[in-house]
Amino acid sequence: MTVLVPHSWLNSIGIPPWVWNPLSISLHAALEATLIVAVFGIALGYVLAKGHFPGRGAIETVFSMPMALPPTVVGYYLLTRLGGPGPIRNAEVHLFGHPLTFTFTGIVIAQIVESFPYCLRFSRAAISNVDPRFEQAARAMGLSRWRTALLVTLPLARRGIVAGVALAFGRALGDFGATMIISGSVPMATTMPIALYNAVFFGSHEQAMVLALVQLGAAFVILFGVSRLGKVRAW
Amino acid sequence: MTALDVHLTRTIGEFDLDVAFSVESGISVLFGPSGAGKSLTLALVAGLLRPDTGTIAINGHIVTDCASRIFVSTQDRRIGMVFQDGLLLPHRTVLDNVALAVRQSNGRQARRAVARTWLERVGAEAFSERRPGSLSGGQRQRVALARALAGDPALVLLDEPISALDSAVRRELRTLIREVMISSGVPAVLVTHDADEAEELGDVVIGYNDGRVTAMRVVERTNDTGSQSEPFDGTEP
Repeated sequence: MTVLVPHSWLNSIGIPPWVWNPLSISLHAALEATLIVAVFGIALGYVLAKGHFPGRGAIETVFSMPMALPPTVVGYYLLTRLGGPGPIRNAEVHLFGHPLTFTFTGIVIAQIVESFPYCLRFSRAAISNVDPRFEQAARAMGLSRWRTALLVTLPLARRGIVAGVALAFGRALGDFGATMIISGSVPMATTMPIALYNAVFFGSHEQAMVLALVQLGAAFVILFGVSRLGKVRAW
Repeated sequence: MTALDVHLTRTIGEFDLDVAFSVESGISVLFGPSGAGKSLTLALVAGLLRPDTGTIAINGHIVTDCASRIFVSTQDRRIGMVFQDGLLLPHRTVLDNVALAVRQSNGRQARRAVARTWLERVGAEAFSERRPGSLSGGQRQRVALARALAGDPALVLLDEPISALDSAVRRELRTLIREVMISSGVPAVLVTHDADEAEELGDVVIGYNDGRVTAMRVVERTNDTGSQSEPFDGTEP
C-alpha cells in the first residue's frame, strides 16, 4: 500500500528504503488526509462565510482548536477515543475488523484533525473576501446558489483556498505529536518525522541528517508554492 | 402590458424609500441626485434586497408581495442587469461571461452561439476571447449589456451603466444602449443622475428625490436619435 514505486528502482537511483519507506507513508497519508480536508474544509468554510445562523463562531472555534493545542493533546484524545473501550472503537472493529490505533488509517485521521483548521480558516477568509456584488451579478444572470458558488465564488476565492489546502498538506506532512501517539511508531505507520525521531533516538545521525534534509526540502517547496500563489496575477 | 409595477417601502437606517410607479415598454429612467434611492429601488426590483412593505410585478407577474410573503428569488425573475462597473467575472473570457447568462439549456455550443450573436450586436465580438481585465471601461460595459440581454430577460435593469466612463465613450454608449434596447424590444429601467443622459436615453423619466418619486414625464421623440423635450430637472413643472 505504501510503496508507490518499486524498491529496486529506488535503490538504482540511490534512494535507500529507510528514506523512501517513511517518505512514501508520509506522502500517502498526507495526500489522503488533504483530499478529505479539502472537501470538508472548503465546504464548511463556505457555509461559515455565507451562512447567517447562530453559533458560527463557536463552530469555527471548535474546528480550529488543534491549531492552539499541542499535537500530543490531540494525539492523546484520538488514542483514547479511537482506541479506548466504547462505541467508537466498536464501530471501528465493525467497519474495519480492528481498531484504527497503530494503523495507517489512524495516521490519516490524526493528520486530518491537525490540518483541518488551516484549510477551514483560509477557505472561510478567502470566500468572505469575495466581492458579494459578483455573486449578485451571477444571480441576476439566472445562476442558482449552487452554480453561483461553483462558478463564481469558489473560483474568485481560489488563491486563498489553494493556499489553505497547501498549508494543510504541509501540516499533515510535518505532523509528529499526534501521529506518534496514534501510530505508536509501528513500521507500517512510521512517517518521516517519526523516522527522524527514531534515527536520533537510536544514534543514527547520518540517517537523521538525510531525513531532516528531505523534510526541509518539502517544507521549502510547499511554502515557496504558497508564497508564489500570493504573488501571481489573479487572471 | 405593464413592464414593471412598483409599490414599495424600505427603511435603511435613517433613509426611507417610499415609491410607487408603473412603466411600460421602452426605456424608463430613474433620475435624481445621489442618495435619492434610485439604485436601492433597482436592487429591490432585482430581488437583491427585500422591501419592508409593498409589491413588485414584472410583466404582470408578482415577484414580490410582502403581505402574501411572495418573494421570487433573483435568478428566477428573468431580469438582466448592468452594473456601473460591469462586474464581469474576471476569471472567464468575455464569451464565457455572456454564455453563462444564456438561460436556454440546450448545450454549451448553442449557448455560446447565442452569446456570440449578442456580442456582435453590441460591437464586442472582436474581444470575445479576452479576459475582462484586459478591456477598457467602455468595452466592459458593452459586454455587460450583451450579458444582460443574452438571458432573454423580461426586463433589463441598468444601474448607472456609463457614469464611470469618459464623456466621449459615454456618448458612444448612450447611442448603443438606446439602439440595442429599442431593437431588442426588452423594456429597461435605467438609473442615472445625469440630466442629459436621462433625456437622451429615456422614453419616460421618473424624478427621484430623498426616497420619493417627485415627477414622471414622457419624453417626446421624433425619432430614436434624441429627445425633442426641454431638459428635465426631476420635478413637476
